[in-house]
Amino acid sequence: MKNLFKLFSIIILIITSNSFAAEKVEYLKTDWSFKGLFGKFDRASLQRGYQVYTEVCASCHSMKYLSYRNLAEPGGPEFSEAQAKAIAASFEVTDGPNSDGEMFTRPGKLSDKFVMPYDNVKAAQAANGGAYPPDMSVLVKARGGGVDYIYSLLQGYEEAPSNISLDDGVYYNKYMYGNKIRMAAPLSDGLVEYGDGTNATVEQMSKDVTTFLMWSAEPHLESRHQMGFKAIVYLIILTVLVYFSMKRIWSRVESEV
Amino acid sequence: MSDHDYRPKSKVGQWFNDRLPLLTLANHLTDYPTPKNLNYWWTFGGILTFCLITQIVTGLTLAMHYIAHADMAFESVEHIMRDVNYGWLIRYIHANGASMFFLAVYIHIFRSLFYGSYKAPREIIWIIGIIIYLLMMAAAFMGYVLPWGQMSFWGATVITNLFSAIPLVGEGIVTWLWGGYSVDNPTLTRFFTLHYLIPFLILGLVVLHIWALHVPGNNNPVGIDIKKPSKDTVPFHPYIVIKDGFALLMFMIVFAFFVFYAPNILGHADNYIEANPMVTPAHIVPEWYLLPFYAILRSVPDKLLGVVAMLSAILILAVLPWLDTSKIRSAVFRPLYKQFYWILVADVLILGYVGAMPAEGLYLLIARVATAYYFLHFLVILPVLGFKEKTLPVPLSITEPVLGGSPNLAAARNKESKIE
Repeated sequence: MKNLFKLFSIIILIITSNSFAAEKVEYLKTDWSFKGLFGKFDRASLQRGYQVYTEVCASCHSMKYLSYRNLAEPGGPEFSEAQAKAIAASFEVTDGPNSDGEMFTRPGKLSDKFVMPYDNVKAAQAANGGAYPPDMSVLVKARGGGVDYIYSLLQGYEEAPSNISLDDGVYYNKYMYGNKIRMAAPLSDGLVEYGDGTNATVEQMSKDVTTFLMWSAEPHLESRHQMGFKAIVYLIILTVLVYFSMKRIWSRVESEV
Repeated sequence: MSDHDYRPKSKVGQWFNDRLPLLTLANHLTDYPTPKNLNYWWTFGGILTFCLITQIVTGLTLAMHYIAHADMAFESVEHIMRDVNYGWLIRYIHANGASMFFLAVYIHIFRSLFYGSYKAPREIIWIIGIIIYLLMMAAAFMGYVLPWGQMSFWGATVITNLFSAIPLVGEGIVTWLWGGYSVDNPTLTRFFTLHYLIPFLILGLVVLHIWALHVPGNNNPVGIDIKKPSKDTVPFHPYIVIKDGFALLMFMIVFAFFVFYAPNILGHADNYIEANPMVTPAHIVPEWYLLPFYAILRSVPDKLLGVVAMLSAILILAVLPWLDTSKIRSAVFRPLYKQFYWILVADVLILGYVGAMPAEGLYLLIARVATAYYFLHFLVILPVLGFKEKTLPVPLSITEPVLGGSPNLAAARNKESKIE
């Protein structure tokens, strides 16, 4: 028997040591305001993040599940309704057909979905050397490392080590799976000019746009955290009450609960 | 039992009960004599009922907003998450509810293994339970396909392809299952239909499961037959109801933690990428609760034999009451079985772990050893143990070990220690 136990502890030891030995890239860390029991988005960061998205990412990456109205909804960047309307109106939306059977363009409305940079996947691929820039609506949830991964990736561009040869239009990124990425480094210091005077470093822009992407993937994150706290506190109180009721009821029989 | 003596007090009640004895049933359920020494491992039956009802209620609500179409399924899930009132809550409860359901069912099954609840006269309860478990796996697998993400699509492709291992007719069966020559819209719509149907089949089987349980009554940690009702039993209500309720609340706290603070931790990130038949994910892995069987499947080099091994791993449980030859139910009085039990638990956990890893090198070796041991446990160890094992003396009633005052037991224990 003892030998069997030894055997099993050895197996478990092998497995654990193996998983620790496995090569893992350490992502860059930053303090995200939306983590934790009471995590909330930093509004200013979300608004800046939207600016980075729309001025930089949106030229290739769509965000097809978001509507302009979302920008003014509680728990998000919370632009004023007038601001959100102005943002929407700055985009040309194809609508129709009209009574003549023709498609036409008009300024965007709050109810419109985010306008896509390309008409379809093929057009996106044709414009990007065969690579499809993924839709960003739920991108943060679609990557194993989540926000830390995206945040690191945006800052992970480096000169390729000499033993790695890169094809044309392929770049080296130390956080990308396989280290080869077909997107050129999208950010550079001072690329956007923040309205609130924040210094637009690559690090700052990465943080802002990643925060924005977290919100776009999980627009109800704030109400989820708020409700979760209430629900769990409620459950704990109820559990304690039920525990004492149980003790009381079971005191009638000479048995342990 | 006092079931037959029961008569409702009111005239209307009597009139109704004579025509449809629902009140007799209600009376039976509240008075049902339950062993008073049931520990918290016994509360998972109630928890599982809660899980099933939660899945049905949230599932119905989701089905009102979900669109079962290959071009629209992924988008409709995002619609639920963003625009349906509390849609995110309903979907996260449903998705994490599946994991909670399996967590509870594994505890329930392993409780039964420890205390020998599958043994005579409870074989039918056990077999119905195994059928429920099989249906749960089918429902969970098809449910995972519905969001039409990458893991949905490729998981469905891998699992349905298993049927192609069947000689001669395999390929035909796969085409028939798919409704075409690959996983596509016809596959999605039929999976949705079946995913909607299976929970109600499970519900029916749960009724049978409980009915079959109420014939012999509950097993208990001591594993002995008890007189019912007697001083060894308590009525189901209020004693077991409040205890089950307390355990359920504890369970719900864990459940709530996942739903509100880690809703995606048990899922795979790739399932937030819309299904794409042209791009295969780097690693195709099923949900965590299927991993041990996935490991068994991959540990056999031959495809057909792998499928056979995987199915046997589940079906072997159905004949467990006849593989376990020991007359003693509870592992409390089976010192050797108790140790093998924990080795089996470790073995299944190891299988689950290697099931999540790539099937190569050391992982594959471990998977093979663990698979072999899994079958060894059921096919060799259990039958032999029943004959070879020297069991501890079993008390005559529940009250005896609780009060701890039987001279016979003390004498027996003395004898034991002398032999050692």
